[in-house]
Amino acid sequence: MPTKNNFLDSRQTKEKRSPVSITPSMVEKGTSLLKKMEISVAEAEKRTGKNAVNMQETYTVYLIETRPVDAASEGTNPVLDSLWKRYSEFELLRNYLLVTYPFAVVPPLPEKRAEFVWHKLSADNMDPDFVERRRVGLENFLLRVASHPVLSSDKIFYLFLTEENGWKETVFETGFQAKADSRLKALNATFRVKNPDKRFAEMKHYGDELQSVISQLLRVRARAADRLYGVYKVHGNYGRVFSEWSAIEKEMGDGLQSAGHHMDAYAASVDDILEEEEHYADQLKEYLFYADALRTVCRKHELTQYELEMAVQDLTSKKQQREELATGTIRTFSLKGMTSKLFGQETPEQREAKLKMLETQIEEGEEQVKERNAECDEFVKSAWVDIERFKEQKDHDLRESLISYAIMQISMCKKGIQVWNNAKECFNKM
Amino acid sequence: MMSGSVVDNTVSSGNSSAAIPTDISGQILDLDEDDDLEVFSKDTTLTDGSSFNASMQTSPASMINQYKFEEDADTKDIFVTVDNPESHVTAIETYITYRVMTKTTRSEFDSSEFEVRRRYQDFLWLKGRLEEAHPTLIAHPLPEKFVVKGMVERFNEDFIETRRRALHRFLNKIAEHPIFSSSEDFKIFLTAASGELTSHKKQGPGFLSRMGDTVKAVAAAVRGVRNRPQEFTEMQEYVEAFSQKISSLDKVTQRIVREQKEYLEELKECGPTYALWSQSEEELAEPLKNVAGCVDRCCKETEEQVKNLSDHLIPVLHEYVLCADTLKAVLRRRDNIQADFEAKTEALATKKADRDTMRNDLDKAEDRLEWANNALKSDWTRWQKVMRTDLRSAFVDTAERNVSYYEKCLAVWESFLHSQRTDAEGNGKVDFS
Repeated sequence: MPTKNNFLDSRQTKEKRSPVSITPSMVEKGTSLLKKMEISVAEAEKRTGKNAVNMQETYTVYLIETRPVDAASEGTNPVLDSLWKRYSEFELLRNYLLVTYPFAVVPPLPEKRAEFVWHKLSADNMDPDFVERRRVGLENFLLRVASHPVLSSDKIFYLFLTEENGWKETVFETGFQAKADSRLKALNATFRVKNPDKRFAEMKHYGDELQSVISQLLRVRARAADRLYGVYKVHGNYGRVFSEWSAIEKEMGDGLQSAGHHMDAYAASVDDILEEEEHYADQLKEYLFYADALRTVCRKHELTQYELEMAVQDLTSKKQQREELATGTIRTFSLKGMTSKLFGQETPEQREAKLKMLETQIEEGEEQVKERNAECDEFVKSAWVDIERFKEQKDHDLRESLISYAIMQISMCKKGIQVWNNAKECFNKM
Repeated sequence: MMSGSVVDNTVSSGNSSAAIPTDISGQILDLDEDDDLEVFSKDTTLTDGSSFNASMQTSPASMINQYKFEEDADTKDIFVTVDNPESHVTAIETYITYRVMTKTTRSEFDSSEFEVRRRYQDFLWLKGRLEEAHPTLIAHPLPEKFVVKGMVERFNEDFIETRRRALHRFLNKIAEHPIFSSSEDFKIFLTAASGELTSHKKQGPGFLSRMGDTVKAVAAAVRGVRNRPQEFTEMQEYVEAFSQKISSLDKVTQRIVREQKEYLEELKECGPTYALWSQSEEELAEPLKNVAGCVDRCCKETEEQVKNLSDHLIPVLHEYVLCADTLKAVLRRRDNIQADFEAKTEALATKKADRDTMRNDLDKAEDRLEWANNALKSDWTRWQKVMRTDLRSAFVDTAERNVSYYEKCLAVWESFLHSQRTDAEGNGKVDFS
């Protein structure tokens, strides 16, 4: 975990852990925000305090630092702003973005609770390794938002980076929560769309598949990591036994003893290997959660499409009612029609009034259909742009991840070759 | 090659780990004076070819010179192989025989090539005879009669192959031993037709005489040795410790194999998952399929690595676990010989009657003890050298195989990187510089 040293040092130690996916090319593609400032989540700290119900709790806060980009010498970069935020505030920011930009594939947050852990990894949220990986994930999230063509220019996001106190109030003042509640309800409801855009249907299906396959991969990988750990660690027993055996031998003693040391080294090497692999797993996890964001956008499309279809349906039925009223024919079953049949016809004045009301409603209805149509088109257009952008980003990032996985495997093999060659030399001296 | 079900009715007549009857005590000093003259040559053809106990050695004095014999690989003049297991079905039992082929330039052999078939029982008999003749020499262990742990069927292919290799090593170790290899029983084992061997086996010391001596031996063992020389006590301490260490190594290695097998099981699911993923992708399909292929190839290498450990390192470690038991038995037998000598010394001091016979017996016992001690001392040095060579080469071999395993996996992943590089640079997407 980076300590309180100067920014350059902590950036260097973080460079190793920086998500592979954020390459310079993304910055150049250029959001104006990233051109102006460097963003990082430099540290994590434990705090205790009283919560809303006045109970003592322990939580972690993360230090967000921003620096101006144009300062020439990196060593003396003054911090523009630095503020501490909790995970819950990141969540609030994300929810705000979700509601405000429904067409955007909003970058995901790192997982709330550790999942897909293999036995040595802690599932405890307070565990320093988990906190550290979360710090990296939060930084990644901010950089993703900052490099998004639309999200990066959001005022609330900017304030998140620059305002410590009062940011929460500002967000609530936007009133996004009201929209959030109703939209959330609508999204969770099951509804059938008659004519969804085929591309979105396919995207949703892809999102499902991606989520399923990455979950499977993460599970399998975690189990394999567990087993690999066992293989390496058992070799540590060779170290111990060789050492004990060397004590009773004369000529073989030295060779055995030094071979034993190499076996210990071999056993110890697995810790670093698996830690690196955990970063690969984190990269996969990001896209696991991205898959969910993608599906959310598709669901939102369905919602707007559904609302349009509802409006059209409503308009059509109103038009039909007008026709029936005007011509006196009843084509569709309606309660009014039944009751009028049972209890007698209406007076011509009543009919006139009804027609007038219908006309108004139809006018309003047509307006609404027009609006919703436009909304739908707008949504489809901007969502599809963002989906295309997301596809490109995903293809690039995951390919990089696979490459980094290969590099990790190569590094592991090289270590193995070295250790066993060393051991072989020692065995030869036995 | 296998046919039918099997019942292994082998009853060993020469089980090495029980207290060995010291019935040879009467026979060792059946000296033929002429034999003394032959001992000083490097050629270890000491057998006079006539009696079945010709593998009994000559006087203790001559033995000392004998054991300074240095082994020289270049002068290896006998080559033995064990292969070609076949099953035989008779009315009463089913058993396996192995082909034993010998190629030799030794003059005491009638011919230079021999081919016979032997079953496990025959190997047991041979070992028993060698140990009877040389109670304090260290014979390489035979594979166990049947596998105790695990539900291994006694006659499945893996078991037979493992046993065959161990029998091969056993005969080669006997052939490399300066004393054992010139044993008449060994020669007969390698050359006699089945019928001949059977009749030869029947000519052993009589059952009753063996019984009598067994009783004497048990008595001596119960009495225990009083004044064991320090060097043999040190030997015993070493053997105790060695036995523990080698058993630990055996267990550790078996545990490694288990863990690797479990790792392999999980790894086998990774490749197909990547392949499944590639089906949902367009741009990513190729690298994902590639990765799937790499993971599958690494799986194959891991599988082979596991097999290597099981086939090469574990059998050697296991044999040295059994060696440790052999050493313990050898030390016990030596102790018994000394205990017998001590008992006879005491008897001479206390009893009044039969003094002449008792003096005679005591002299024989003294000679036997001196002979046993010298034999053990020399063979101990030889054994330690052989052990060192065997274990060194087993571990070096294991290290080499591990290096090779990692090298192969390295190549797999490097080829993936290479494919991505040429692909990317071709598409102008990624700059690897």
